[in-house]
Amino acid sequence: MDLLEYQGKQLFARHGVPVPSGKPARTVEEAVAAAEEIGYPVAVKAQVQIGGRGKLGGIKIATNAAEARAHAEAILGMDIRGLTVYELWIEGASDIAAEYYASVVFDRSAKAPLVMLSTKGGMDIEAVAEEDPDAIAHLHVDPLVGFQDFHGRELAFKAGVDADVVRPIGAILKQLYHVFVAEEATLVEVNPLIITPERGVRALDAKVTLDNNSFFRHKENAELRDLSAEDPQERMAKERGLTYVKLDGNIGILGNGAGLVMSTLDVVKLAGGEAANFLDAGGGSKAEAITSAVEVILANPRVTAVLFNIFGGITRCDEVARGLIAAFAQIKPTVPFVVRLDGTNDVEGRKLLAEADLPNVYTEATMDGAAAKVVELAGPARA
Amino acid sequence: MSILIDENTRLVTAGITGSEGTFHTLRNRDYGTKVVAGVTPGKGGQNVDGIPVFNTFEESVTQQGANTAMIFVPPPFAADSILEAEAAGIELIIAITEGIPAHDELRAYSVIKKNGRSRLIGPNCPGILSPGKANVGIIPAQFFKPGNVGVVSRSGTLTYQIGNVLAQSGFGNSTIVGIGGDPVPGTDFVDVVAMFQDDPETELIVLSGEIGGDAEEKAAEYIAAHVTKPVVAYIAGFSAPPGKTMGHAGAIVSGSSGGAEAKAAALEAKGVKVGKTPTEVAELAIELLGAAA
Repeated sequence: MDLLEYQGKQLFARHGVPVPSGKPARTVEEAVAAAEEIGYPVAVKAQVQIGGRGKLGGIKIATNAAEARAHAEAILGMDIRGLTVYELWIEGASDIAAEYYASVVFDRSAKAPLVMLSTKGGMDIEAVAEEDPDAIAHLHVDPLVGFQDFHGRELAFKAGVDADVVRPIGAILKQLYHVFVAEEATLVEVNPLIITPERGVRALDAKVTLDNNSFFRHKENAELRDLSAEDPQERMAKERGLTYVKLDGNIGILGNGAGLVMSTLDVVKLAGGEAANFLDAGGGSKAEAITSAVEVILANPRVTAVLFNIFGGITRCDEVARGLIAAFAQIKPTVPFVVRLDGTNDVEGRKLLAEADLPNVYTEATMDGAAAKVVELAGPARA
Repeated sequence: MSILIDENTRLVTAGITGSEGTFHTLRNRDYGTKVVAGVTPGKGGQNVDGIPVFNTFEESVTQQGANTAMIFVPPPFAADSILEAEAAGIELIIAITEGIPAHDELRAYSVIKKNGRSRLIGPNCPGILSPGKANVGIIPAQFFKPGNVGVVSRSGTLTYQIGNVLAQSGFGNSTIVGIGGDPVPGTDFVDVVAMFQDDPETELIVLSGEIGGDAEEKAAEYIAAHVTKPVVAYIAGFSAPPGKTMGHAGAIVSGSSGGAEAKAAALEAKGVKVGKTPTEVAELAIELLGAAA
């Protein structure tokens, strides 16, 4: 789960990483009250996960209450690249002497945490990595040893930070590594990490990705939400324990197994269609789970046809057929369904479907044939 | 021959007394796998359909000679179970459990690598099948028969899909290895491809990858340098949007890395044929096998 800036900063503050003092706000009144409490000047910052939101009008400086009110009114409800701003973060504006970059990344390739530091902060770090790779100091940490003080010094010297901030930079890297481990993050990124004119070090931004699989032991993290990115169908699927990702097209997809569903989306695209969602019904799906999944798929108003692509291993095709039949009895879908059942109990499954004689349901023998059929039935995606 | 599991496999299941653990362990035994023990702390002395249950892995090794562990333990306890199997000296640990925290996986992986005495397959994988010899995990064995195609895959159902097309054309498998869909797999494509290269029975290798990470790119480099057998590949997730986790915890395009195009291009640049659909991959394999015969 990707956190909003303020959620990341609150996490940082809990672990002693220096951040500007700030408060979240969901209304104009809350924003003004927060600004008054913090003291001017303050930054009024849109809480959406879009890089470069400042340039898009999502960050403004206010020097008095009237400005704070005007900026909060302008930014709340604003649409930034398709995301609506529901929350603001009001924080004391910072004076900046230098902008650095620091991160701790879960490096899948090396299978170890990677800590990075650069004096070229405040800009797109992927661009820096491309144009001037030597400007970024890298260090892999043995997770069984953890981040030691010398790691911090080594990175600071390698990156060429000003001599007087080597120690505080080393200290903040150690704290960020601690956040990474303690909160079970897969990414902790600070860009920019600023040096103030008083030579203090502060995290002016926070980009944190948490591992959803760790939420059973981090209840408070599990409750964090990003209203701007929430989607009604994704919400509904989550409540039902289904693995669902909303996409832009009009063809609803249900399959079993993440790889097969990804592959189904690709095959639909090759056939000229666009998938409306990714939905993995999982292994051993029972009829009720299938019915529930159909409800989620059809809750998306853009869906004009649905493709079931099942290769039964542990999943039994007859169970899938029963689930679909039950779904038809309950929800009476109006869009066509194309069903491909192969594998365990496929003959029984197809027989059940044939006997049920559901309106507007087509069976296909192969994955490719099913994709072609559903694209034909779905028609072009609605804008 | 086959790789990783065969007639000499002596399996112990962690979590054997859970419903999934029981179901799949008995299925594996029905297939012919030698299942010698189960482990459930606190249930030592019981048995599951005649399979003795122990409190610890150590007892399963000393009393039953277990050499392969299958982990069916729920996510909060799975890494602990993997580490216990490693500490007991079990050579091959196959972790089926989905949803293990990434930092737990990283710790387990790092310990196994440091000690160098066990191999971990998975987590979040369907297991391994050596047709006609042994099945460890949840792969539906009925679709596969012995043969000369080695399959290594990050996805379970996609493997069945590709394998089924091959089987319908009369081809069988030496071994099918599911390496799993998590960010820190214990064993990567490179490791399994190397084993298939050394396995005399395997004549062709099918590699089924997906978005996320760079295991496919590394495999491409390795194949170019070390593999003489034909390899065909499939990559799932061309149409996946960046930043979204597509079911598997490891299946995510992050910024400019992990995309399907780059993986397919890396493999093709090294002479690996990449099919656009699972069916096409199977057809490519059949074409190459036909030519070899």
